[in-house]
Order: sequence, then C-alpha cells, then structure tokens
Amino acid sequence: MSSDVRFTDFKSDKQPTWCPGCGDFGTMNGMMKALAETGNDPDNTFVVAGIGCSGKIGTYMHSYALHGVHGRALPVGTGVKMARPDIEVMVAGGDGDGYSIGAGHFVHAVRRNVDMSYVVMDNRIYGLTKGQASPTSRSDFETSTTPEGPKQPPVNPLALALASGASFIAQSFASDALRHQEIVQEAIEHDGFGFVNVFSPCVTFNDVDTYDYFRDNLVDLEEEGHDPTDYEAAKEVILDSDKEYQGVMYQDENSVPYHEKHGVTEDMSEIPEGAPDDAMDLVREFY
Amino acid sequence: MAEDLNWAIGGEAGDGIDSTGKIFAQALSRAGRHVFTSKDFASRIRGGYTAYKIRTSVDQVQSVVDRLDILVALTQRTIDENVDELHEGSAVIYDGERSWEADIPDGVTGVDVPLKSIAEEAGGAIMRNTVALGAACEITGFDVEYLDESLEKRFGGKGSKIVENNKEAARMGQEYVRENYDVDLGYDLETTDEDYVLLNGNEAIGMGALAAGCRFYAGYPITPATSIMEYLTGRIEDYGGHVVQAEDELSAINMALGAARGGARAMTATSGAGVDLMTETFGLVAQSETPLVITDVQRSGPSTGMPTKQEQGDLNMALYGGHGEVPRFVVAPTSITECFWKTVEAFNLAEKYQTPVFLVSDLAMSVTEQTFPPEAFDMDEVEIDRGKLVDDDDEVDEWLDAQGRFRAHAVTDDGISPRAIPGTEEGAHMSTGLEHDELGRRTEDQDERVQQVDKRFRKVETAEKREDWDYREFGDEDADNLVISWGSNEGALVEALDYLEEDVRVISVPYIFPRPDLSDEIEAANEVIVVEANATGQFADLLEHDALTRVKRINKYTGVRFKADELAEEISEQLSVEVSAQ
Ligand SMILES: Cc1ncc(C[n+]2csc(CCOP(=O)(O)OP(=O)(O)O)c2C)c(N)n1
Ligand code: SF4
Ligand SMILES: [Mg+2]
Repeated sequence: MSSDVRFTDFKSDKQPTWCPGCGDFGTMNGMMKALAETGNDPDNTFVVAGIGCSGKIGTYMHSYALHGVHGRALPVGTGVKMARPDIEVMVAGGDGDGYSIGAGHFVHAVRRNVDMSYVVMDNRIYGLTKGQASPTSRSDFETSTTPEGPKQPPVNPLALALASGASFIAQSFASDALRHQEIVQEAIEHDGFGFVNVFSPCVTFNDVDTYDYFRDNLVDLEEEGHDPTDYEAAKEVILDSDKEYQGVMYQDENSVPYHEKHGVTEDMSEIPEGAPDDAMDLVREFY
Repeated sequence: MAEDLNWAIGGEAGDGIDSTGKIFAQALSRAGRHVFTSKDFASRIRGGYTAYKIRTSVDQVQSVVDRLDILVALTQRTIDENVDELHEGSAVIYDGERSWEADIPDGVTGVDVPLKSIAEEAGGAIMRNTVALGAACEITGFDVEYLDESLEKRFGGKGSKIVENNKEAARMGQEYVRENYDVDLGYDLETTDEDYVLLNGNEAIGMGALAAGCRFYAGYPITPATSIMEYLTGRIEDYGGHVVQAEDELSAINMALGAARGGARAMTATSGAGVDLMTETFGLVAQSETPLVITDVQRSGPSTGMPTKQEQGDLNMALYGGHGEVPRFVVAPTSITECFWKTVEAFNLAEKYQTPVFLVSDLAMSVTEQTFPPEAFDMDEVEIDRGKLVDDDDEVDEWLDAQGRFRAHAVTDDGISPRAIPGTEEGAHMSTGLEHDELGRRTEDQDERVQQVDKRFRKVETAEKREDWDYREFGDEDADNLVISWGSNEGALVEALDYLEEDVRVISVPYIFPRPDLSDEIEAANEVIVVEANATGQFADLLEHDALTRVKRINKYTGVRFKADELAEEISEQLSVEVSAQ
C-alpha cells in the first residue's frame, strides 16, 4: 500500500447524481477519507454497495467494487473477505437495503464478526423508489404508501446489532464531517465487524429527519464521556429512544474476528495449475 | 455380463441400515467386485422404512433392477415393500425372536437367525446387523473375512475391542446359518484382484471441486445437496479453503459470488427449493461477469414435493431461471465419474467465459455409491484454465483506457474481457448488475447497451465453437431406433441394452446448454425415444425444438429412479407402437 494515497484517489470520475444537499455526499466523503487515512488504496480495497440512492456510491467511488442485488451486500462482502483476507472490505447501503430486505443477513453478518466495515446510510426513507416508508421511518411518518404513517415502531438497528452479538456498534451524522470520518475509521480499524449507522438525510422525501433535526438533537457520546467498552452503558444508550446519539456505542475489546476463529487466512485466489500434488489421496479415501 | 447378486437390508430409520449396507458394499468392493448401491426411503408412516440395496457383479454394474436375491429384513414392512422383487431363489434373513411374526412369501426361503441373541453373546445387541451380515455371507458363499477391513474402517475410531466384537459377531452369524440351515440357492460370490474405490455422485462433485482448485463453498443445508458441503468440510481447509453455512440460499450464492470477485474458485450447491432463492442472483452473476459454479442436486418438486425422491424436474429452471436474458452454461453429468470430471470442467468454463455454470445432478446420483478403478479419477488428467485473468503490470496496461482506467467489461471479438482481481495494481474497477459501459459504470446509452448484451452472448457463441459439446454413445451405432437421455439415466439405459431384443442406439447427453446438435441423428433414426425422470419431458421439448420434429417420450415421475429391466420393457413397448401423427 502506498503511503501517498489521498482520499480523492477513491473518487471516480463519475459525477454523483444525488439531489443537491443529499446526506450521501457527506457520508461518502467520510468513507473515502477514512479508507485513505487507514492506509488503504483503491487497488487493495473492495467496496460492496447495496441498491438504493445510497448504493450509488459504488459508482462514485473508485476501488474494486460490486454493486449487487437489493439487500445482499453483506453476503457479498463476507465472501470477498473470506477469499481475500488481505483486502480491505467495506460494505455500504441504505436502511431499506440493510434492515428490511437484507435484515436476515444483517443479523448473521453481525454474529459472524467478519473483519469488515458496514456503513448504513440511514435516511429513514426509501429514497430511490421516491419516498416510501423504510424500517427506520417513524410510526407516524406519512408517505405515499403509508398515508397515516406505518403505525409500527421503527426498527432500532443498534439494538438489533447488540442482540445479535455485535462487537462494534456506532452511529454518526453525515454533516458532522470530522466525527463521521473518525467513527468510520474506528469501524475499519476494529478487529471484526465494524457497524456504523449514519444519519444521512434525504432532502427530497424526508422533511422530518432533516439536517436541522439532527443538529438540534444529536448528543455526542464522546462529549458525554461514554465508555464504549462498558456493555451495560452501551445497552443504555442503545435502548434510549428519546435521544439521537453520535459516537461509538459499543466495542468489544476482546473481539476475535471470524478469520482468526476459523483459520481462514489464505489468499484463496492462488491455486495450482493442476490438481493438488496429493490429490490421489482424495481418491484413495474411498477404498 | 457375469451374474449379479441383488442384496438389501431394510428396517426403520435409526436401525443403522445405511452403515450396515455400506459395510457390506465396501467388503464386496475390497473383494474386487463391482457394486452399485441405492437407497429406499419411504415417507414416515408407521415408523418409516428405509433400505440400502446393493447390486454386485464382477463386471461393472450401473443400475438397479427389479429383483432382490437376499434380503435382510429387520421389519415386516421391509418384506412387504419388496415382495414384488423377491422370487423363488430369494432368501429373507430375519430374527424370529423379535415380536413380529415374519410373513415370508411363498417360494422364498426364510432364514430365521436370532440376530439379537447372537449379538448379545458376541458383546452387545447393537451388533445384530453385523450378525446378519455374517449370515448373508454364508448364504452367498462370500468369505466373511472380507468384512473385516470395512468393520475396521467403520468402527476403528471406537476402539479395537468394538472392532473385534463385530468381527466375532459376523462369524457367529455365519456359523449359525452353516449349522442350522442347508440353504443352497446357488450363490457363490466370486472375487477378483481388482482394487476399487466406492463413492457417490456428491462425493465425486466435492472431490472434483477440490481437484479443480475450488477454495470457497457457501451453502444452506438441503437434501440431497448437503453431502457435498459435508464432504468439503474438513477437507477444503487442507488446501487453504473454507466452507460457510449461510443463513439462506440468497446469502449462500452472494457469498460465493463475493469470493469469486475476490478471485477464488467458488461454488454453491443446493436443490430446487434453494435454486428458487438463488435465482434472484443469477442475473447479477452473469451481468457482472463473475465465474461461479452453481450445483443443483435435483429432487422431486414442485414446492416441497417429495424431498427424498428422485426427479429431473429442474431443467427448465436451470435453462431459463431469472428475469431478463441471462447467458449461462448448463452441464448435467451422466454418471458418478462424470460428476467428477464435469465439475472440473464447470470451473474451467466459469473462469474462461466469466459466466455462471449450472451443474445439474439429481438425488439418484447423489445417494448411489458405485465402484470404479481409482484411475477413473486420474488427478494428472485434471487441467485448470483460468481464462483471461490478468495479473501482471504489462497485462493490465494493455487493458487500460486513455485515462488509465481498467476496462473490465471491454468489448472484444470473442466477447471475453480481461479479469483483474483485487490487489492487482491499476485493476480497480466496479462491476454491477446494472447495464454498464466497458468500465463497469452504469449506462442507459442504447449503443453501449447493445454492445454489452452482444458481448455477453458472444461468449456463449465463442464457447460453442471452442469447446467440445459432445455426447456419450452406447449400443448399436447403426440401429434405426434411437434412445436419448440426459443426466443420471445413463446407467439404467446402458444396462437396459442387455435386456432389449431390439437393436438400439443410445445417446446420453451431458450438455444441456450449449448442447450437441442432434438433428441429424434424430432425422436418421426411425424411432426416437427420449427418457427422463419428469412428467412433462423438458429435454424432449428441447430436442423437438432443435430438430423440428416429434419424438416419443418415456417419463417417470413416481419419485423412483429408472431401473434397467423396467426401462427395457418400456422401450420395447414404445418401439412396437406406431408413431403418432405429426
Ligand atoms: C428485489 C427488489 N425489490 C425492490 C427493488 C426496488 N428498490 C430499489 S431501492 C429500494 C429501497 C431503497 O431504500 P434504501 O435501502 O433505504 O436506500 P435509499 O434509496 O434510501 O438510499 C427498493 C425498494 C429492487 N431494486 N429490487
Ligand atoms: S432522493 Fe433523497 S436519498 Fe435519494 S439522492 Fe435525493 S436526497 Fe438523496
Ligand atoms: Mg433509505
């Protein structure tokens, strides 16, 4: 990895088509800076993007990348990392992608604790499909498909992660650029599954969870003196539905990532030019 | 063909039927005899019924027949289920001391052996099946010593005492029959000096994957595919690989896709219900030009159907599953050795053409164990072709555009683009399920769209020209009657030739797409019959379409595989019927 990598090296020459002011600009910038700051370069980085406005980052960033099927970004990232422990893997997608259609994968990716980062660009809405309720939408949030609101409580993704045995849980705000970058950086550096839920406002379809709303309500856990290694303290802030927190809520200091537990350490792309030398032993097993 | 013997042990699930059957099959194989095994599972009424059946001969055997010579029956139901297959020369070994009163069909020799009491004497009632094996040895003139090695293999891990007790139990079973019965049904199992290996289709697929350099497998348990995952677990690690049990098939295929994007040879395997879920991702595999092997070990459908029964009902799904138009290859091995070789080939096709490859097997092949000389899996013959993988600077340079960007989806004459994997300098690029330009960036430009669709299908055209999409042929090449089949029916069909009076040419097709063009063969034949284990004749439909004609069909969808003698009868019958008006 070259030391002179700048975050703009992670930028593709495709101009983003996000609505002006969309939170995803800030979210992506922080991700690129965090990747560069942690010593990665595009040729050694793999970004997996979900489907949604958020998922477009695969196109706007420059690295090895796959923009796949709605909801399945985490399994793809899992496969890349297992095959290539030497590659930095970052998965990113929306709240619908991660907590609705991909919710099953989220739970299991958290449990597996594969050493990669997962950035959810949470705008509490389906942006790409033009403004329907998402799993994180408020229960009274009126949309075209829920004229009186979903009338169901929103998913608490942080609590879902905690209940699934997460080793790293954090939340950030796209417009607090520095803190957002720092938090994503910590997720990258974490030994295991680094999960960050990012408030990434949709300026077009969500007039409730706006920049102003978050600016007014955000509580920074660092300023509060929160100790992320304290599980009970983490539980408290995660289950506190009255406040919007920013910061690392929980980090298991003793996290052992999947590849260490399972001894998955080899570069699987390298194989011999024929069958392995001792392959006839496989046949002889059947005597 | 030399004389064959058909042997079975049956009882309730949990009676150790499988492992006992396997011990006998291995002993026969060690004695240089060929073996072909099959399993009966019945739905779970009345405690269930399961049987392990062995057909053995000194010549190769590759089918089951409707005849049973020796039956070890642990339950009356075992006798009832097989009553039609028993005949005047058959013997049924049973334990008269058990509570049920054995109802032995007329003409069949009943051999009452107190299996449990003898086993107890040898060291434990649990060995009663081993006593039965000894009894079976006596009746078939098979040296009980041949059991020793397979008993060691089976029980060695449990200590030498257990092995010795079992050896003793077998001998006591043999002794009991020798002393108390004078059965001579004329069986005398000849032995040879050959050394055979005994394995099933799923093991052959797993072994093929390892030979081919597969390093990553993700799957979700489903009968009858799970045993591939079980085979790889504990072995793939020796080569630096890994098996993941995913949360569902949606995940399994995406994990495998991820590993393949990382540059690993990757595979997932499932059965029909799982293929349904994986269908979501087929298009992405093809669109992102990712080399991936997807194995479908078919079972009876639709829906949960008959999950432990045979069927070849997924052909259309493999060919057409997924929205939009998805280039793919569909390969269907026709025998257990072919399960091995076609798996190796599937990995090469996937990487050479950066396309999903469907490997379609079925339940019958997955549970059947068959003997082969080890050379049938000659690892020196395994070739690995990774296609246009570019990994050094010069190679990558060649594929950069004027701005130095890697053209991962470059439009080429043969349709195949260069492939750079993570870590390759200057190779960073994006791939997507969206339509894209040469760089992998989303496009809706009409020209670029057409170029990319054409290039992806051009890979298939290139493959059609470059590869051999041949078929396997048996019987009389000049016969007027042509019987065509795909997948696992080959063995039964080849053996059916022994029973048939009519001259027949048999064509067994392992490639479904692309496939050999059989129009000339079909046109030249007087009668054409297509054999497949489904109700609608999915392969027959394809051939009719290819050759623009009508064919006759033999379809079996009872859930039970084709048997050689039954198939011969059906073919005969079809040949005597006039062709219906076209
Ligand atoms: C299988 C499938 N169903 C539905 C869609 C349509 N779709 C695209 S994005 C999306 C929701 C996106 O919401 P979110 O993940 O929150 O992303 P955002 O656009 O808000 O960033 C849906 C339903 C799809 N692409 N695929
Ligand atoms: S619709 Fe919303 S989420 Fe999508 S680009 Fe516009 S502002 Fe961003
Ligand atoms: Mg959203």
